Amino acid sequence: MARFIVRRLLVTIPVLFGIVFVVFILARVVPGDPCRAVLGERATDAVCDAFIQRYGLDKAIAPGLYKVGSTWEFRPTDVPATLVDNQFTSYLGQLAQGDLGTSIKHSRPVTRLLVERLPTTIELTLVAMLFAVVVGIPVGLLSAYRHNSTVDVGSMVFANLGVSMPVFVLGLVLAFIFAIVLKDTPFALPPSGRLSSGVTVKPLVEVWGLQGMEGLPRGLLDFLSGIYTISALITGQWGAWLDAVRHLILPAIALGTIPLAIIARITRSSLLEVLGHDFVRTARAKGLKERSVVLRHGARNALLPVVTIIGLQLGALLSGAVLTETVFNLAGVGRTMFEAITGRDYVVIQGFTLLIAVVYVLVNLVVDVSYGYLDPRIRYR
Amino acid sequence: MTAPDTPLSPVSPLTPAAGDTLARERPASLWRDTLASILRQRSAVVGLAILIFLVVVAVFAPLIATHDPNQSLLGVEQGVLKREGSCIHALGCPADQPEHIFGTDGNFRDVFSRVVFGARTSLTIGFAAIAFAIILGTIIGAVSGFLAGGVDTVAMRLMDVILAFPSLLLAIAIVTAAGRSLVNALLAIGIVSVPIYARVARSAVLATREADFVTASRALGESSLGILWRRILPNSLTPLVVQGTLGIGAAVLEIAALAFVGVTGDLSNAEWGSMIGLERNQLFSAPHIILAPGLAITLTVLGFNLLGDGLRDALDPRLNR
Repeated sequence: MARFIVRRLLVTIPVLFGIVFVVFILARVVPGDPCRAVLGERATDAVCDAFIQRYGLDKAIAPGLYKVGSTWEFRPTDVPATLVDNQFTSYLGQLAQGDLGTSIKHSRPVTRLLVERLPTTIELTLVAMLFAVVVGIPVGLLSAYRHNSTVDVGSMVFANLGVSMPVFVLGLVLAFIFAIVLKDTPFALPPSGRLSSGVTVKPLVEVWGLQGMEGLPRGLLDFLSGIYTISALITGQWGAWLDAVRHLILPAIALGTIPLAIIARITRSSLLEVLGHDFVRTARAKGLKERSVVLRHGARNALLPVVTIIGLQLGALLSGAVLTETVFNLAGVGRTMFEAITGRDYVVIQGFTLLIAVVYVLVNLVVDVSYGYLDPRIRYR
Repeated sequence: MTAPDTPLSPVSPLTPAAGDTLARERPASLWRDTLASILRQRSAVVGLAILIFLVVVAVFAPLIATHDPNQSLLGVEQGVLKREGSCIHALGCPADQPEHIFGTDGNFRDVFSRVVFGARTSLTIGFAAIAFAIILGTIIGAVSGFLAGGVDTVAMRLMDVILAFPSLLLAIAIVTAAGRSLVNALLAIGIVSVPIYARVARSAVLATREADFVTASRALGESSLGILWRRILPNSLTPLVVQGTLGIGAAVLEIAALAFVGVTGDLSNAEWGSMIGLERNQLFSAPHIILAPGLAITLTVLGFNLLGDGLRDALDPRLNR
């Protein structure tokens, strides 16, 4: 098992390297110069020259490859001289030291931005996924168990609608229903932001009196503080916790509905297939309770494809997060990436992309490892 | 097998009327069989009905729309002074107010006409993006599956890199890099969809590559390209068609998302996503301006999804019916 994990991690290194390189180049293909995108169209040439010097944007991008203004130049004679000293190698050098660079637009380290923005997205996607799994799997199991019943047809119609409705339309519809139609009822929910104005969640370092702490532990604590539903819970800030949860419900439903529908459909078809197998008939013939046949013999064998789908949904969830964060005004990874791409903030694009890629790789590893747990016949080599 | 005792009489023993019906019944053909099994799938029929409706709307948009979708009616028409949030003709309106089935938007344009014309944009772009993705993906997947070895490894790792990235963010990046326009959005969606078709095509090629009829063609001296084009690809079409149908639905969703976040350039185009993006702040005062295009997107995607599911159930030989 350990060997399998190590091998899998080694295999992903070329993929990660490829991603870093592609994104590095892609980020620089964006037309228009970053100076005027950041400092404004009226920035003078002198100011821009200083800006370009400061961020090393005048250096070769890759060996022999230059970008002057908004045109590209390949100077073959420069290849040897810039083989080691170019923007890409210096970026790799930074990466090796755990430095993701400094955002041009925000004038802050990307790692700091991540500590601030990532918790929002992690909280949102995890709760959305939890919602999708907790509702989707039982609905799928029930639909398969009561095949062709009203419950089955009804939930599959719902699932079809669920995968067909854009995230942003569902988000806006939910916001309209819960913030306008149900206004002044106990079911009213806030349509934007993470907390009501005036409500704050005290950071963990403040609650625990650790303001002097610095470096990585401080970063991790601040990161955890950003996940409001957890930090407010462990520090007993009940009012703020409830407020954070209320703000989280609508975005999580909006984001989780497509995965929910997909999970319900896969669970249903998978269990339907499994229930036709001989070992299920044997289990029934042994006189086991129907409940035990379906849940212990059927469901356990039916969940393998479901786990694969849950892993595959991650990329889709992050795409959905861009839209959900836009609709509900959340400053998360998706929104930050969108602004970085449209604002040509190379450093942020690169750092956040690398993070997304690493998360993707790890999630897939977890999915692969969980196969062995669900199906003991699978052996890792 | 024993020969029948009496040779078959050339004259049918059936009554002339019954003989006529038999004579009229055409022999089963591959296409007729396929069509029949598709039409047996309820979801395929519903999906097909939705899509036919949408195609009709798109083709006859100028006849169905009540107004020019891009023309501001401010000053052109009496009574159009501000957003008609409260008055929706579909729900009933005072007789003296101008006729706008779904009201007018923030730029005083007729929302119904824009939704109708939006069907053209979405269907065209969805079809074109997936056609592009299928062609490029099939070439990559088929060649890489057929050649195997190093080419295969490199191509498929490249596909992994594209798949590892959230498709919407990648599409946004491509559109921003290539310049904001609907055509570039179309290409971007095509590019991010390529890996799916490359994988489908590759696995289909791998499945048929070792089949006897392929070996036979090779023994007959057919060229590699000929085998790929005439023997393997026709046998890989089914999964590509199924995936492509589902893919158009996904492409319609993605184009709407790109337009919603505002990277498709010209926002005056009648496009459902940008209609929602432009008017999303009117959600609380005039929700129908957002609901109308939102439901249109949902209906379109639903149509493609239902048809795609139905096609898969009808065409996948592994599913026993």
